[in-house]
Amino acid sequence: MSKLTLETEGDRFVVVRRRFAASPEEVYRAHLDPEILREWLLGPDGWTMPVCVVDPRPGGEIRYEWSNGEGGGFHLTGEFVELDPPHRIVHVERMHLPDPTPDNHVVTTFTADGDGTLMTMRMTLPDAQTREAMLSTGMEHGMEASYARLERTPGWGDATPGSP
Amino acid sequence: MPPRASLDATLTALSDPTRRAILARLASGEATVSELAEPFAISQPAISRHIRVLADAGLIAQRVDGTRRPCRLAKGALDELDDYLAMLRTALEANYDRLDRVLARRAKGKAKPR
Repeated sequence: MSKLTLETEGDRFVVVRRRFAASPEEVYRAHLDPEILREWLLGPDGWTMPVCVVDPRPGGEIRYEWSNGEGGGFHLTGEFVELDPPHRIVHVERMHLPDPTPDNHVVTTFTADGDGTLMTMRMTLPDAQTREAMLSTGMEHGMEASYARLERTPGWGDATPGSP
Repeated sequence: MPPRASLDATLTALSDPTRRAILARLASGEATVSELAEPFAISQPAISRHIRVLADAGLIAQRVDGTRRPCRLAKGALDELDDYLAMLRTALEANYDRLDRVLARRAKGKAKPR
């Protein structure tokens, strides 16, 4: 299975890399087609996306609304900045928790890699207050079982003595 | 989880390049205030103010050693960032594992047209 890497770049950005066994055209499309997005952009098991609005042109609207099926949910709005099919998507997004979080600037690139695609997503690292809002919202909505502390990201916090 | 006030203090503390440089220096070990002031073209009282901001945010700790007050990184100071990145990673892994299955199903549908 393909492994995701997640690295901080300075204190402003997070860079995520992931390989997919499909062409850049297919992976690019899966990021813009509402029918496909609603199948995978969901977070923990049991969540659905009843509303998925995607208008892939510069200035076009993005709106995702998620529901946990038990009255819990939140939504995200955004706008596309630049589209270069099937190589690159630039967009801005914010979560509504319900107050909007500061804009997250996201650049996603898709590069052919053998018979697959290497996706690189560079996004804004939210400030501490926003991170706390996201963490506490996750917990209010019962995500803790899926999300909380399953894996520690190396390079931050206290190191275990004797670890490399 | 620390209270919100502490997170605001962390955010403020990390927003300044001098304070980030101080943290980077302390990552390689304990240092005195004058050692920390050395690389910067600012006064020792100014450095002391930065150190106080970092200490109030719980990012560094100081101990008393005679007349010296050596500083070190506080253990677990950045746990909240760690927690956020862990949550992000887990959410993305769940999404992309699902996307793998969606892409595989779509490829199969294409390979075997009706």
